[in-house]
This record gives sequence, C-alpha cells and structure tokens, in this order.
Amino acid sequence: MSQSVKEVLLAPILQNNPIGLQILGICSALAVTSKMSVALVMCIALTIVTAFSNLFISLIRNSIPSSIRIIVQMTIIASLVIVVDQVLGAVAYDTSKQLTVFVGLIITNCIVMGRAEAFAMQNPPGISFIDGVGNGLGYSAVLMAVAVIREFFGSGSLFGFEILPLVTNGGWYNPMGMMLLPPSAFFIIGLFIWALRASRPEQVEEADYEIGGHTALTRAM
Amino acid sequence: MFEYYLSLFVKAIFIENMALVFFLGMCTFIAISKKIETAIGLGIAVVVVQAITVPVNNLIYAYLLADGALAWAGLPDVDLSFLGYLSYIGVIAAIVQILEMFLDKYVPALYNALGVFLPLITVNCAILGASIFMVNRDYNFSESVVYGIGAGVGWAIAIVVLASIREKMKYSDVPEGLRGLGITFITVGLMSLGFMSFGGISL
Repeated sequence: MSQSVKEVLLAPILQNNPIGLQILGICSALAVTSKMSVALVMCIALTIVTAFSNLFISLIRNSIPSSIRIIVQMTIIASLVIVVDQVLGAVAYDTSKQLTVFVGLIITNCIVMGRAEAFAMQNPPGISFIDGVGNGLGYSAVLMAVAVIREFFGSGSLFGFEILPLVTNGGWYNPMGMMLLPPSAFFIIGLFIWALRASRPEQVEEADYEIGGHTALTRAM
Repeated sequence: MFEYYLSLFVKAIFIENMALVFFLGMCTFIAISKKIETAIGLGIAVVVVQAITVPVNNLIYAYLLADGALAWAGLPDVDLSFLGYLSYIGVIAAIVQILEMFLDKYVPALYNALGVFLPLITVNCAILGASIFMVNRDYNFSESVVYGIGAGVGWAIAIVVLASIREKMKYSDVPEGLRGLGITFITVGLMSLGFMSFGGISL
C-alpha cells in the first residue's frame, strides 16, 4: 500500500509530468514565471485546488450522474478557486495583484479537470487526494524550474535576493532582458521537454515522415 | 465613436492577442494545431462562443453581481462579485451546450464541422480569460461585444498561423527529442516574439 502511495505521489513529478508529457495546464506556466515568488504562490494555489477538488469529487463520485459530471466538477473547482482567490486577496494582496487573472484561470487549467476526470472519478478519496498533490507538485516542479532560470538570468536574483550584482547597481552583470519577456518561457519549456525526452527516449514522438536517402547518391551507388 | 471601437477591436486582435501575448487557451492551441482545416474549425467556434459569452457575462456582472447592482431588486447593499468565477464558467458551459443543441437542430452542416470542438471550448482558458479581462477593465455592453469578437478573432488567427507552420514543419528533420511538442513550443515562442512588435503601437 505504502509503495503505491509513494508511486502515485512521485510519478507525476518526472516520469509522467503533466506539463512535459501530457501537455496540460501550460497557460499559466508561461505567464507567471518571470518572478519566483509569484510562481511559488501560483504553485501552492494550484496544488491546493487540485488536491481538494480530487478529494471532494472522489467523495461524491458514486452519486454524480455521468451526464452532468462535467458541470458538477466545474462547480466544485470554481468554488475552490473562489476560496483561494479570496484568501490570496486578504493575505498576499500584492502577489494576487501580480497574478491578475491567472488565479481565476485555475478553473480551466486542464490539470485540475483532467485529474478529476481521469483519477478521482474512479478512485477512493484518500488516494485521489495524494494524486492531486502529486500532480500539483509535478506542475510546480516545471514552473519553479522555469522561474529560477528566468529570474536568475533576467534580473540576476533569486526570490528577489540579488545573486549577480547588476550593472545598474554598480556590479558587473548585464541582465538578459529577453528572459523577462514572455516568449522566453516557451523556449525554456521547449528545451526542458527536449532534455526530458533525451533522458527518456520512450517518450519521443513518432515522426510523420521518413526522410528518404539522397536520390543522386542512391543512384550513384 | 467608430474609431474608438475600431481601435479596441484591433487592439484585442493584435496588441493583446489572447494566445500569443497572454498565453491563454494554450492547451487546445498546441494540441489541435496539426492540421489547417481543424484549426480553422476550432477558430470559428471560438469566435462564435466569445462573441456570445463575453456580452452575456457583461450583462450578468452589471445587473446581478457588481457592487450595488441588485438595486433594481430592492437590495442596494448586496455585493455578489465574489461569485464571479462560478457564474462566468456556468454561463460559458450553458451557452456552449445551448449553442450545440441549436446548431444540431437548425444548422447541421456547421454542427458537423464544429462538432468535436464545441465541448472542448468550455475548458478553453481564452474564453474564461476574456470574460475576466472584460470585468477587470470595466467594459460597458457595446465595448464587451467588440472586445469579445476581437479576442476570438485574434485567437483564431494565431491558431491558423501555427497550424500552417506545423503542416510545413512535418517535412523537416527535427532532432528526435525535440520532435512534436518541443519544437512546437519553440515555434510558438518565435511567433510570440513577432507579435510583441505590435506592443509599441498606439492607436
């Protein structure tokens, strides 16, 4: 039992990462990663919502009619997001301003919906909760990795503490402004997926076309 | 007056492109952009749904949820704006469902073309995002109509462009690990970089 709990919790982090393999929930992954502190708040919010939506949906899974299950799941998720949003607005007002619409968009984050549909509808509450935490952590791992790279190279700091002294403050590091711009998140995630697949070749996608041999060369031989 | 709406429209399409500037609706954007035809179908579905949901959510916010909006019902002190997310997503889910039934009965050709994509749209963040942006920016009803259509058109253009690039790209020899998802991300990054150049334009 403890073995499978560990597996459910840890598998989504590397082997079956929701962002890297399943292409779920990348909307927010890109927009909120220019600062680590903001990304961290987003990770915590998403992990909490995924875990609790899995728990609640799993608790009532036997009494949800399958024809309206999507609406029921949506309602539960939206209520949880409202709670998180209100708490953030009260406790961390500045960060919640920086996250703007992205906390609200957790509702349509495919990770939350996907786990509710794929796992919580079939499994008992305890293990569903753990699955939610695991997938939340898998998402967080990617988000934080991207945020570390973007903040370190973009503003020479981590969590707002200066690591590389900037030229503007009399130091030597000339920040890469590009890293603070949103497109850099795409490049980083693209390269991240490349690294993940290079280490696990079974995740490589099939090619649509086989490149043929050079015609002139083949004829000559 | 006309110029104001035109500039709002152009701004929603290019300068604040939902997909490439705010990264909304990315899941569907990347998953369903392998063929141009399907991308066009999905694009049209998004435009239609945006054009209906944003104004409807605008009415719901203005007459039911905003602070003091219930004054017409004799409840001037009620502020229901915290119910926002729940109502917007409910409205979107309901409208998508109604649209599906309506098209099925009266315009079967369009229904068959959009069929698979309509249910997917409920969980597209671009749709919910447009409604939340509309509320955050205090658009009035006519502005929200223009903004809804503009946001939908912008998203549709972006996905059709990406699909065209990917159709060409399948003939190229991409490194193994980068094939498929990886190279798509990098392509979208480059496209987004291109769209950033619209950022400096003021209308």
